Amino acid sequence: MDFFIPEQASTFAPRVDLIFYFLTVLTTVITAGIFIALIVIAIKFRRIEGKERISKPLHSLTLELTWTIIPTIVCMGIFAWATWLFAEYLNEPEGGLEIDVVGKQWMWKIQHPNGVREVNSLHVPIGRPIKLTMASQDVLHDFYIPAFRVKQDVIPGRFTRLWFEPTKTGTFHLFCAEYCGTEHSKMIGTVTVMTEADYAEWLIGGPKKSPIEAGEALFTQRGCVSCHNGNSDARCPDLAGVFGETVLLKGGAEAIRDEEYLRESIMEPGKRVVDGYNPLMPSFQNQLTDEDVLNLVAYIKSLEKE
Amino acid sequence: MAVVAEEYTPPEEEKRHIHYLINDYSIKSWILTQDHKRIAIMYLATITVFFLLGGLFAMLFRMELMTPNAELFQPDVYNKLFTLHGVLMIFFFLVPSIPATLGNFLLPIMVGAKDLAFPKINLASYWIFVLAGFLALAALGGGGVDTGWTFYTPLSTDFANTQVFFAAMAAFVAGFASILTGLNFIATVHKMRAPGLTWFRLPLFVWANYATGIIMMLGTPVIAITIFLVAFERATGIGIFDPAMGGDPVLFQHMFWFYSHPAVYIMILPGFGVISDVIACFSKNRIFGYEFIAFSSMAIAILGFFVWGHHMFVAGQSFYTGLVFSFITFFVAVPSAIKIFNWTATLYGGNVSFETPMLYAIGFIGLFCVGGLTGLFLSSMGLDVPLHDTYFVVAHFHYVMVGGMVMAFMCGVHFWWPKMTGRMYPELLGKFSAVMIFAGFNLTFFPQFILGWLGMPRRYHVYPEEWQVLNVMSSAGASLLGFSFLLAIVYLIGSLFWGKKAPQNPWGAKGLEWEVCLSPPDPHNFHEVPIVTEEAYAYTGKEKMDV
Repeated sequence: MDFFIPEQASTFAPRVDLIFYFLTVLTTVITAGIFIALIVIAIKFRRIEGKERISKPLHSLTLELTWTIIPTIVCMGIFAWATWLFAEYLNEPEGGLEIDVVGKQWMWKIQHPNGVREVNSLHVPIGRPIKLTMASQDVLHDFYIPAFRVKQDVIPGRFTRLWFEPTKTGTFHLFCAEYCGTEHSKMIGTVTVMTEADYAEWLIGGPKKSPIEAGEALFTQRGCVSCHNGNSDARCPDLAGVFGETVLLKGGAEAIRDEEYLRESIMEPGKRVVDGYNPLMPSFQNQLTDEDVLNLVAYIKSLEKE
Repeated sequence: MAVVAEEYTPPEEEKRHIHYLINDYSIKSWILTQDHKRIAIMYLATITVFFLLGGLFAMLFRMELMTPNAELFQPDVYNKLFTLHGVLMIFFFLVPSIPATLGNFLLPIMVGAKDLAFPKINLASYWIFVLAGFLALAALGGGGVDTGWTFYTPLSTDFANTQVFFAAMAAFVAGFASILTGLNFIATVHKMRAPGLTWFRLPLFVWANYATGIIMMLGTPVIAITIFLVAFERATGIGIFDPAMGGDPVLFQHMFWFYSHPAVYIMILPGFGVISDVIACFSKNRIFGYEFIAFSSMAIAILGFFVWGHHMFVAGQSFYTGLVFSFITFFVAVPSAIKIFNWTATLYGGNVSFETPMLYAIGFIGLFCVGGLTGLFLSSMGLDVPLHDTYFVVAHFHYVMVGGMVMAFMCGVHFWWPKMTGRMYPELLGKFSAVMIFAGFNLTFFPQFILGWLGMPRRYHVYPEEWQVLNVMSSAGASLLGFSFLLAIVYLIGSLFWGKKAPQNPWGAKGLEWEVCLSPPDPHNFHEVPIVTEEAYAYTGKEKMDV
């Protein structure tokens, strides 16, 4: 990262930076211009004892109006540009990921749509709009990610929204930017932007888990365990030790509970229902990646009859 | 043989000039004075004390910020340091600064009057200010306050357990001193101008303080009410600003900034007035575009009441609200730009000299350009999103407040020092100090623009270590700046004892205070009512300087 140029990691950043650098150039040109004019005029018309110039009243309505009207026009132009940009900040696109944020003295609590929680860190996938709904449990806070150029006060008694679309993987600073008491400077964290695949992996517990462990985590997180819980009055078959068994299906046919059968039961559960049960199970098509399904299958395979 | 001693009458030039400082030596004649000049001097001494205290706190937290981690202070102590720095500097130094010192001293003289319209109210204003000062010291002594000078709710009403009440009361009481000063100025300019002194013959210093007086009177009551409500909520538990009790935290921000934005114009407008007078004097030229500058002061005073929401773009106010505030804020930038161009043009065709006040004035113009133009960054809604509540804002307001206002204050103090004290300050030290202040100031605050852009939030006690270099630069600059201010205060006080006796008009300046009053002035300023027959700044270029 350059010494004084912040990195750009969201779709907002290049647009914001353009206004910033434009205004920087404008400020430099005007300040230097005035300062130089001042020095040059001061030296050219410096007082020389004994050779003083007679002061003549200078009037120029033209000059006055010029340097009133031109700055006004320039200001109006900058106003229009910056207001347009601000409208983009409020203009949430369709789709994307909804994440909840709660700020409290002195930490950020974050919850992903599937229930995964984190504190003082935010993991997001790249290339999708990320939409935050934010609340405060106590005083005013402010959610600020410099690299994304986003900031929004988090207000007790209200929800506020903030959205962004990351354009770069990596880790970035997260700060609280509204003074909130003793540990305001420690109410900070990191935003980690990952590829979609990495994010999905992270969401279910991370790449370090073996397929069976990953499958087990999914089995809980995705709610499978709520029905397939092994109780005698369960609506669905107990899965302990089912792998490899032959089972009677509704309609009279038979099926071997192999990998393909397990995969199908997850993705198209109505196709081959076990005799004696109703087709109640929801499909997990589009909610699980192939990797997820493999992991689930591995887990189910590992379940032994008690 | 009897010797009859004749009464000895000294020759004219040896008759001692009994001026306002020595016409009565008793303590009572100072503490109960109704002489606007003595009140101005007392104000000057008092605000200097608060300036040094506020500056000390800044030095302390800049020392902490030299390292990324907390080495010197507990977080609570650090938070108290920046809060008190803000409270003291704003309410007890900047707001009164030029109006209560130079304004009090010069306004009556510049309009050709013996005193302000209400001398007793002027005295009351000073003692109310001192009472407010004691309340601030009580807050300090009781452990300090750590809510930030902005007292945002519900932190200040329901979560802070520091001396919020005393600090709030101090600001509340100080506000009344401000209101009374403004009232006095307005009445004086309307009713006490000497014969021939029409509005458009007034020095621009008078216009500036008049416009300031309007803001003081109209805006200060709102901060008084706001502060009162904060204290009320703390005491009674009735929810005005705390949502847990049915209140609205954003309401506080609207009420707070309704005053606090115009307050920054209270702080800078008198500075503009000083710069106008000084630039005219050291160019020996009329001010270019006098009417435009006079009207621009009034425009800033009025427009300044309609821009407060630019502090709240991400605070939860609606897009359309923000749009209106942003629009008007861009408009209020234009009158200030006009002044800068007009001052520059004033030098053209003149006879420019570079005494200390002129160095401060030139420095002011450069630094105010940066400060004012960086305000455009912040009034741009889309750009304010990343910049709000970062060090960029801190840099912006210090460029206008210190690079602008404090430089203008030093400019005015040096310019009118011979008039007020009858002594010259040491010119070489004056120039040296001015240059050191300029250098130290830029080293302190320019890196903060970069820090803010990179993402460093305000009011942070610790920070990521990649920002240490910029913070060290800023702290080094702060040391240089602090040392230079101390140097100036030392030689100014020293000049009271060892300074060259000042002539009536060392600068060859136009204006009643220079052309008619002695240095220092007589207790009643004039022996007879002056009659004004010429426009302001009627320089010929041939005025003699006696430095």
